[in-house]
Amino acid sequence: MTNNELIWIIFLLPLSSFLINGTLLTFTKFNTKSISGPLNVLTIGFSFLICLFILINGIGSSFDYQSGSFQWFSFGIFEITMGILLDPLTLIMITVVTGISFLIQIYSLAYMEHDEGYSRYFTYMALFTTSMLGLVFSKNLIQMFIFWELVGATSYLLIGFWFKKQSAIKAAKKAFLMTRIGDFGLIIGILLIAKQGSQYLDITQFYLAVQNGIFTTEILTLIGLLFVVGAIGKSAQFPLHNWLPDAMEGPTPVSALLHSATMVTAGVFLIARMFPLISAIEIVSSTVAYIGGFTLIFAATMALVSNDIKRVLAYSSISQLGYMFLALGSGAYGAAILHLFTHAWFKALLFLGAGSVGHAVHTFDMTKMGGLKDHMKYTYWTMMLAAISLIGIFPFSGFWSKDEVLLGASKDSNILFLMGLFGVILTGFYMTRMMLMTFFGDFKGGESGLEVKSLHESPKFMIYPMILLAVPSVLIGFIVSSPINLGGIDKHLMVSFLDHNKLVFPDYHHHEIKFNFMIAIVSSLLAISGIIIAIFTSRSNINFKFIRKILTNKYYLDYLYEEVITENLFYKRFIKLLDFFETNFIDKASHSLSSSIRWVSNKFAITQNGQLQIQSITFFLGLVIIISGYFSWLLLGGN
Amino acid sequence: MTLSNVLIVSAIIFVIGLLGTISKKSTVLVIMSLELMFNAAALSFVAFSRFAPGGLLGVESASRVLSGQVMAIFIIAIGAAEAALALSLVIAIYREKSSIEITNSIDIKEA
Repeated sequence: MTNNELIWIIFLLPLSSFLINGTLLTFTKFNTKSISGPLNVLTIGFSFLICLFILINGIGSSFDYQSGSFQWFSFGIFEITMGILLDPLTLIMITVVTGISFLIQIYSLAYMEHDEGYSRYFTYMALFTTSMLGLVFSKNLIQMFIFWELVGATSYLLIGFWFKKQSAIKAAKKAFLMTRIGDFGLIIGILLIAKQGSQYLDITQFYLAVQNGIFTTEILTLIGLLFVVGAIGKSAQFPLHNWLPDAMEGPTPVSALLHSATMVTAGVFLIARMFPLISAIEIVSSTVAYIGGFTLIFAATMALVSNDIKRVLAYSSISQLGYMFLALGSGAYGAAILHLFTHAWFKALLFLGAGSVGHAVHTFDMTKMGGLKDHMKYTYWTMMLAAISLIGIFPFSGFWSKDEVLLGASKDSNILFLMGLFGVILTGFYMTRMMLMTFFGDFKGGESGLEVKSLHESPKFMIYPMILLAVPSVLIGFIVSSPINLGGIDKHLMVSFLDHNKLVFPDYHHHEIKFNFMIAIVSSLLAISGIIIAIFTSRSNINFKFIRKILTNKYYLDYLYEEVITENLFYKRFIKLLDFFETNFIDKASHSLSSSIRWVSNKFAITQNGQLQIQSITFFLGLVIIISGYFSWLLLGGN
Repeated sequence: MTLSNVLIVSAIIFVIGLLGTISKKSTVLVIMSLELMFNAAALSFVAFSRFAPGGLLGVESASRVLSGQVMAIFIIAIGAAEAALALSLVIAIYREKSSIEITNSIDIKEA
C-alpha cells in the first residue's frame, strides 16, 4: 500500500468510530456504553500505529513529500480540488494527534466512567480526532478550512459538554465566538487567494506561486496578515487569548487533548503550513514573532497568580504557543514544530495529572490542595517529570526544544531573544508554584473537607496513560534533537527532517545545525533561578498587592472585552443607535406607507359593498369611458 | 326606412334595458331588462344583415346573406335558455332569502 492509501485509512478509522457511535447513540435505544469507549481506543490506536509506521519509514529514508488530489467541484474555470499533502510537517502532526488522542481515550475510559454523557463524549472525541487529522493533511485551502471549522465546532461541543452547567455554556460560547473572529480573517485570506486564481488554493501551487513571485507584495502582505489573524484566534494568542482559560470548563481529558496538545496548535500549524508566505514578507513574520513574544510573557505572568490548576496550565499553554509563534516568526521553522511536538506530550501529561488530582480532591482550586505527594505517588512523579520538562531542565525534552527556539530567536533579533529568556524564568516560577501548592505542604481539605485518609490514587486506566506519556515527556526531546549522533539516530533529527522539505525550502542545502552551549547554560540558569524564586516566595510573605490585583484580573482584558466593548459599547451605544434608526426611519416609513395605503383603500372600499347593481354601473361607466376615450382620440386625429 | 332608424330604435331599447338592469330592485324585472338588451342586440344584427349589400333589400343580388338573421335566432335561443336558468335562480334566491330583491341577494361583505 502506498502512503496515500494509508493516510486514508488513518483518517477513516476514527471517522468510522464517530459514525458508528453517533448512529447508535442517536437512532437506537441501545446502551452503547460498552462499545463507544473501547471502539475509540481501538480505532485511534490503530491509526496511531500506522502513523508511527509511516513516520519511522519517512524519517529513515530521505522522505520529501507526497501528494495526490482529485477534483471536488468546479464552476467553469474555478476548480476546487481535494487531496492529501504528506510532508514532514503533516507526518509529525498526525503522529502527535493520533498518539496523544489514543492515550487520552484510554484515560477517558476511567475518567468519564460515571458520566451520563459517556457515549456522547466519545462520539465527539472521535469526531475531533477525525477533523484534526483532516486539517493537517489537507492539500487544498478550502478543504483545510472545512476541517478547521469542524475542529472549532467540536471544541465548542466539548467545552460545553456539561451543558447543564451555566459556566460551561458561557465558556463554550465565548470560545466559539472568539475563535470566530480569527476564522473570519482566515476565510477572507483564503478568498483573496481564490481571487488570484482557483489553482492557488492548492497549497503546493501556492508555494510555487509565492516562490516564483507571481503575486504582488501588497496582496501577499494582506493575505499573510489575515492568515495570522486566523492563527491567533485558534492558538489563543494575544489579543484573542482569553477564551482558552475559560475553556477549562470542559472535561479535563478534553483540555489535555484539545486545549493544550492538538487543537490550539492548529494555529501554529497554519503558520507553518504558510511558512513560504510568512517568511517571504518581513512585516508578517515580525508580526508573528512579536505577537508570540509578547503573548509568551503576557500569559506567563497571569499563570503566576492563578489559583486554579487547570488555568495555570492553560496560561502555560498560551505561553508555550507564544514560543512557537516566536520561533516561526524568527524563521526557525524546525524549532517551532519541534517545540510543538515535545510540548504536546508533557502538556497533555500535566493536564491528565491535573485531572487525576481533581479526581481525588473534587476541585481544581489549588488553595484547597497541598500535600498530595504521599497519597498520589504516580500522579506526583509523572507530573513532576512533565513539569521539569516544561521548565526546560537538562536533559528533559522541553530543554532541547526550548533551546532550539531560543537559538532561532537569537539569530533574528535581540529583543525577541530576551523575551524568550524572560519567559523561561516565568515558566520556572509558575510551574514550581503549581507543584508546590498541589503536592507539598499540608492538605487543605479539598472541596468539602475531605479526610486525608480518604485520598487515593486514581484508577489504573488513568495512571497507565500518564506513565506512557511520561516516557516521551522525558526522552523524546533528546531522541529527536540530540546534539550528538546516537546509534542509528542522527543528530538534530527532527529539525533536519523538517528543513529537508523541498516544498517549503526549495533551495535547501545541507548545513550543520549547531548546538549553542551559551544559550543552553543561560536558559538553564534562568529556569533554575525561576524555580528558586518560586520556592523562596512561597516561604516568605512578600505580597505585591497591586501587581497581584492586575494579574488575577487578567489585566482587565476580560473586563474590557465583556463589560466595556460588548456590554457598554455594543449593547448600550451601538444597539441604541440602531434602535433609534429603526424606530425613527424604518418603522416610520413603513407605518406611513401602510397608513396611506389604508386611507386610499378605505375610499375605494365604499364601492365594494356587494351591491350587484352598483357594480354593473361601475362596469358600464368604465365601458363608456373607454369607448368615449377611443372615439375622442379618433376625432382628435389619432390613428 | 334606413339602417340608422333601426339602429336608433335598437339603441333606445338597449338603453332602456340597461337602465332597467341597474335601477330595478326586483330580480325578475332585472332579468326582463337583460332580455331587452339581448333583443336590442339581435335587432341591430338583423338590421345590419338586411341593409348590407347583398342583403334582403338588395336589388340584383344573387347570393343572399342571412348570417345576421341566423345570429338573431341564436340569440333568441340563448335568451330563452338564459331566462329559464335565471328564473330558476330567482326561485332559489327566494327560498333562501324569502325575497327576490336583488339588493339583498349577494353578500360579499362578511356578516
